[in-house]
Amino acid sequence: MRSRCGADRRDFLKKCLTGVAVLGASGRIGLLAAAEEGAALAKSRVVVARDAMLRGTGTTVDSGRMLTLLDRAMQALFDRDNPIEPWKKLVHPGEMVGLKVNALGGRGLSSNVQLVEAICERLQEAGIKASDIVVWDRDSDEMEHVGFHVVAGGNRVQCFGTDRVDYEPELSTFGSVGSRLSKILTQRCNVLINVPVLKDHDGAGVTIALKNMYGVIHNPNKYHPNGCNPYIADLNMLPEIRSKMRLTICDASTACFEGGPGYKPEYSWKNNGLIVSQDPVALDYTGWQVIERKRAEKGLKTLEGDKRAPNYIATAADAQHRLGANDPKRIAMVEA
Amino acid sequence: MKTRGVLLVMLIALLLEAGCKRQAGTAGSFFPASNQVAGWATTGEIRTFEAADLWKYIDGEAERYLKAGAQRVSTADYKFQNKIDAAVDIYTMANAEGAETIFRGEPPVDVKPIQLGDAARLSSQSLMFRKGRFLVRIVAFEESAETQQALSQLGQGIELRFGR
Repeated sequence: MRSRCGADRRDFLKKCLTGVAVLGASGRIGLLAAAEEGAALAKSRVVVARDAMLRGTGTTVDSGRMLTLLDRAMQALFDRDNPIEPWKKLVHPGEMVGLKVNALGGRGLSSNVQLVEAICERLQEAGIKASDIVVWDRDSDEMEHVGFHVVAGGNRVQCFGTDRVDYEPELSTFGSVGSRLSKILTQRCNVLINVPVLKDHDGAGVTIALKNMYGVIHNPNKYHPNGCNPYIADLNMLPEIRSKMRLTICDASTACFEGGPGYKPEYSWKNNGLIVSQDPVALDYTGWQVIERKRAEKGLKTLEGDKRAPNYIATAADAQHRLGANDPKRIAMVEA
Repeated sequence: MKTRGVLLVMLIALLLEAGCKRQAGTAGSFFPASNQVAGWATTGEIRTFEAADLWKYIDGEAERYLKAGAQRVSTADYKFQNKIDAAVDIYTMANAEGAETIFRGEPPVDVKPIQLGDAARLSSQSLMFRKGRFLVRIVAFEESAETQQALSQLGQGIELRFGR
């Protein structure tokens, strides 16, 4: 596991210290047992935060309520009382932070502008310069179409697509994947915050955190066979992605339970929530369960029954990848 | 010099003919212009994605459409009485079976069938219908008391143009 939240680390240390005490009392076996128990208890935290009044009495998301919802989610994830503290743990002044949004679903099912503004606000309060933040996806026009304003240059938060800077000329490879990476990822940011959308996906089953990295490469269309498996997991193993990824904030304000990844209102629902985690595999597993519950409510088959279970999630967790946890016993789901 | 002039005229004639062929029968001609359907106005250019580029528009769904014989999709944005934004997608399939495959492949959830084209479904914010080898999806981004009626009227306007 690459990263865990502070609370889990504290739990782990507490268990280890308990082990030291046990060693004094009953020797080496006691310590090993305690350490193993501690490791088994180290869980990936996934926060599911909701606000039934996120849209007030209207249909669009309220900016103030979104900021409050984000604070609640981040404070729960990092076990902090102050809304700025989680961000200070996450990023440091001088770092260049990329927010990889998802604008592919078009209007109605793309990363919410209000959410991205709230993240940018907190990042700046944590000491990141506005011009060191870049909001990005593959295409500037697609981003503008869903409400982002393209900004390139100056002292403001930067916002543009890879079309403005192109992909690296050389391929990055891992396993089944060989792709040219966006220069925004390779040259414009050393910290990546993933801001995907909670969606059903025709091929992969679901598209949430891990699949959103398809928007980072020049040839995503090559990686859809076999339910995108093992392509999604392999792609997320690329060092440029894996080493920079610090957090996923999944926009689940409007989510999609069927017919994704494009927006189809009849298959979407106003979920009014966020799902936040530092473990993208645990987040995808949790999001998958949210989608399954909605499918059951609507009388649809499970994704397994529809022959498109998101098997890529298990691949991402396997011994060759270890991108995170897909075992529910190793996921601490927190509602906030 | 004279031969070069004749060749130039022939070339221009060929180009003009090719351009006309490209225009005639393309999905672009099925999009109603502003106010050809009462209350509806276009708000952008028509964009067309050929089969090889379908993924650039519907990445993740392109395979399903290609398997069913999609040749291209054309899309345009509309607005109804300055209140409701909508996007219209017209898929041109190789044949009517292809359009039916996509239509049948989408489970009917919170929709009702309506009389339009060969088959149609209306939801509170969307309309999908097929007519021959064409599949049309209209998505509204606002839900209101007028949305369904407005979507139906726009759908009828498009269907009429298929018949021309």
